[in-house]
Order: sequence, then structure tokens, then C-alpha cells
Amino acid sequence: MTTPLLRLAGINKSFGPIDVLHDISLEVQPGEVLCLLGDNGAGKSTLIKILSGVYAPTSGRIEMEGKPVAFDSPRSASAHGIATVHQFGGTFPLMSIGRSFFVGAEPTRRWGPLRIYDRKRANEIAVTAVREFGITRIDDGDRLVGGLSGGERQALAIARAVHFGARVLILDEPTAALGVKEAAHVLRIVLQARRRGLAVIFITHNVTHARTVGDHFAVLIRGAKAADFRKGEKSREEITDLMAGGEAMAELDAEIESYMVTHEGHPPPVG
Amino acid sequence: MKSTNPVQPSGGPAPAPAARLGNFVRRPEMASFIGLVAVLVFFSFFGGTSFLSPSGAASWLNVAAELGIIALPVGVLMIAGYLDISIGAVIPASSMTIAIISGHFHAPILVGIVAALALGLVVGFINGMLVVRTAVPSLIVTLATLFAVAGLTLGLSVILTGSTSVAIDGGPIAKLLLGQFVDKAFEVIIFWWIAIVLVAGFVLHFSRYGNWIFALGGDKESARNAGIPTDRLTIVLFLFSGTCASFVGLSQALLYNSAQVSAGQSFIFNSIISVVIGGVLLTGGYGSVVGIVLGTLTFSIVNQGIYYTGFNANWASLIIGVLLFAAVLMNNTFRTMALAYAPRAKGGAKP
Repeated sequence: MTTPLLRLAGINKSFGPIDVLHDISLEVQPGEVLCLLGDNGAGKSTLIKILSGVYAPTSGRIEMEGKPVAFDSPRSASAHGIATVHQFGGTFPLMSIGRSFFVGAEPTRRWGPLRIYDRKRANEIAVTAVREFGITRIDDGDRLVGGLSGGERQALAIARAVHFGARVLILDEPTAALGVKEAAHVLRIVLQARRRGLAVIFITHNVTHARTVGDHFAVLIRGAKAADFRKGEKSREEITDLMAGGEAMAELDAEIESYMVTHEGHPPPVG
Repeated sequence: MKSTNPVQPSGGPAPAPAARLGNFVRRPEMASFIGLVAVLVFFSFFGGTSFLSPSGAASWLNVAAELGIIALPVGVLMIAGYLDISIGAVIPASSMTIAIISGHFHAPILVGIVAALALGLVVGFINGMLVVRTAVPSLIVTLATLFAVAGLTLGLSVILTGSTSVAIDGGPIAKLLLGQFVDKAFEVIIFWWIAIVLVAGFVLHFSRYGNWIFALGGDKESARNAGIPTDRLTIVLFLFSGTCASFVGLSQALLYNSAQVSAGQSFIFNSIISVVIGGVLLTGGYGSVVGIVLGTLTFSIVNQGIYYTGFNANWASLIIGVLLFAAVLMNNTFRTMALAYAPRAKGGAKP
């Protein structure tokens, strides 16, 4: 087994007396998609924030290519090549594609004695980068980001991360707010990022989406890792069961059953 | 000023006239341009030609220049997502500073000018630091400094001079630079306004720092994560507004040869109105220097143009109120159009 690009070992995180994450160990290889599944409140977002440098873990180790690292800010995480793309792309809706692509790293050119923002070059690079991800509808870098569809915005954010040297891409529920077609589009982009050798951590609670792109799955329940398996090792139903906390569902089933037995086969009234 | 687009793609085909018009419609200053044309037509019709004669134009250009030097930094701050209303106290405070130092105590005029500008810098720095260090909204922070500075100005003026109004004679050089009439009607400050507009326009639209300002107003967290020194940028923008306010204050003192404790509160609302008419989004992230200038001109024309018509001057505020609301509605429409814009059927792009 090669050294994983990113490895978490025994990560714990507590806020005061509340334990949010308990002994999480994960690893992800380059060119691999790790799907992080979990219900709301399972600790997914806390884990993302640890990976992207917003929080420091209470205990545990983060390693990149076998070397221990510590992120004290989102800046330092991205300097290590970890890029986080949030649900809505984390971009600026009222800025142009070119301008938002290069926020903080604007290309400039000489203009007499002054240095000015090189709009033409910024637009060209941004449009090319997005089109490489299959978004052929974008051909004008002056368009405002807010006018793009959800999938296009995700593509823009991912293309931006890749352009600035991301090696680990964390996608936080990228398909959650999207329609079926748009979601398929984003999944295709995820696969493209994988093909380019990026390590992708794909956070979702949609089992179908996860199974489409994932190589490796981890299920979080109440802050602990409940399962860790590779592609093809578990069926769709098993994963859904795991995520929903199988017992909770089974309990509900049993409850309805016993109700029907005592009420001459009628289901419980709704509402 | 109009050619906000010198970086035209050289290789590609020249945009069709329709496309150019389309691009203009989608710019932030579109509504303010319509508003400006509307008030020009309105007041030319009711006010006659004297309104556009040199002396008529001077009356609204003088107002526009003073207001514009305030509205510009206020607008840039608004694009960055902040409000600064402390300018309403900094203007009279700086007038009083120069008048007390150089008028009452007869220090060299340069000392008074430097002290007045330093006062603006200090207030701006305090505003910036408070906004950055505390999580208090900038409106509240600058409301607090507005009252604090106004109170200090009043208190210190009475203690030092025993009066709330102080006379000052700037001397020929200071008058030439800051407080004279050109051609008997135009205040020198008009040229200062043009200079500041050019500098701010360059910074906001052509330098990379402008991109930082838009990003800061668009989403502060994302901007910080992208590596923009958001705290330093915020403080610099407040320094800019403080300095501009003190500049207007000291130039007023030099122009009118006296300073009053309570002159400047009207600038608070007037500058915000000008900026909002000019297409700047109140919540930040969107706007332009051209828009702020057009909004300032529109406001000033309504404010002064009313005297050239047969109407009672009291109606000016009504017009401004209606105009403000109409401008914001138009701004929203044009912003939606800008967002929805996608080039259709161009060079084999898929629909």
C-alpha cells in the first residue's frame, strides 16, 4: 500500500464538555474519491472544518504524505494543497467569473508606470479552466458568478481549486441543492478531478450519488466512524441502513407492526 | 471616465453595437445614468437655460464636489460592506481644528491643515480598529464615533475659544489650493474632487486592490480564506473616509473664512443617498465609481436645480425621496439583468 496523500489518525474534537468527534481515522489516496456519509449532526461539518483548518483537533494526528501537519488557519490548509468547496461554490455572486476566480491572486500587467489588473488574461484563464471541466456553456469571463447554475458554480470553484494547486479536494454536499441533471453534472466533474489525480473527499447524505463516484466509503454516526468499506463491499440498502442508524428504523418498523396487530390491521393514523 | 474598459480583447471580433449597449445596461451605474438624464431634462425644462449656464452649473457642481468627496469613500466602504456615518462629525471637527489652531491661536496654516487631516486619520483608524476588533456592525461603531466626535468638538471648542464659531483667514496659498472661486463661481474643490475620483476609480476598477474590495463586500470569510488581508483593507478604507471628510471640513473653513461646530450632519444622509442612487448595493459587493459620481451629480442637481424653477424649494426633498426609491428599484432590475446575462448563440456555444 502506498502512503496515503492525507491521513487522519485518532482525531477527537470536543467543544467544552461536548464530544463532537470521537477517534476518527481516515485516509485517502491520490486519484481516489472518499465518500463521507452521515446524517445531519453526525459530525461531518466539524470534520470538514478540521480538514480545512478552521478548527484544530482536540487530539489526534493529521498527516500528508506521511508527514504530520498542523493547520492553524484555512490559509495554511490551502497552502498544503487542501481546498474546500462549499455547497454554493463559496464564490462571489456579484463578481465576474474572471475576477472571482482570481480573488487574492489577481494577474496584473504594466500600464505606463502603473500595474493594473489584467482582465483579459484573468478571463481567459478562468474560462479555459472551467471549460476543461466540461462546462462548455461558459465562454465569457465577464459574466457574473451569480448568473451561473449551481452545477456551473461548483465547477468554477473546483476548477479554481485545481488551478491554484489543490491536491486534496473537499466537497461539502455539492449535490445537495441541485436538481437531478445538475447533480449528474457535478458528479462527472468529481470523476474528472479524480482522473487528474486529486484526492477527493466527497461529503454527502445521498447514497446514490456516493455510490456513483466513490471508491471508498466512511459512515459517520454521532461523531464516530460506524463503517469503513470499499466500493462493492456493501449494498445500497446496507449503506442506507447504516446511515439512518439501522436500529432506529427497525424500531420504528416494529412499532408500526405491533400497532397494526392490536388495531385489526389498520396502520396508525397520520398526523 | 466613461471608458471603463481599456483592456478590450484585441484578438476577438469587435462586439456588435447591440452587445455594447447590452454591456452598458448591465453595468452598476445604469440606473444612475438614467436618473441623471431624467433630472437634467426635468430641470432644463422647468428651470430654463440659466440652470445649465456657467453660473448655474457652478451652483450644482460646487455642491456636488463637496458632497462627492464624501460620497466617494462612503460608497467605496459600502461596496466593501461597511457604512461610515461618523463623517458627519469629522467634517465640522476638522473645520474647527484648523480654525482654532490657525485662526484662534494664529499658528501657521500648514500646521492647521496637517492637524485637521490627522484628526480625520485618527477617527478613521479608530473606526476601522473597532469594526475589525469587535463584531459590532460598522453602522453602530460609526454612530458611536459620530456622537463622540461631535461632543468632543463642541466641548473643546467652548473650552478653548469660548465660542461655537471661530473665524479663520487662510492666507493666499491655502486659499488658492483649497478655498477659492475659479471664474468667480467654481470652487477649487471641484478639481480636488476630479482628482480623488480618478484615483479611486483607478484603485477600485483597475488595480488588484479593487478586486479585494469587491470580494470583501461580497463575502468576508471567503475573501479572508483567499488570502486577502481583510482587516488591514478595512482599516485603510476607514482611513480614506476619515481623511476625505476632514479634507472637506478644512476646505469649507478656508472657503467661508469661519468654522461652526454643527455643520456636516446633512452630509450623512446626502452621501448615502448619492451612493445608493449611484447603484451601489447597500449590503456591499456591487457598485462603481462612475455610478457614485453620477449619483452625486443627480442629487446635487435636484438640490440646486429647484431654485431655478418656479417651484418652492421645499419640494426638493420630495423629489429626492421619490428619485431614491425609483433609482433603487431600477438598480435591482438592472442587477437582476446583469445576473441573468448569458451570451446567446455566440461562436458555437451550446444553448
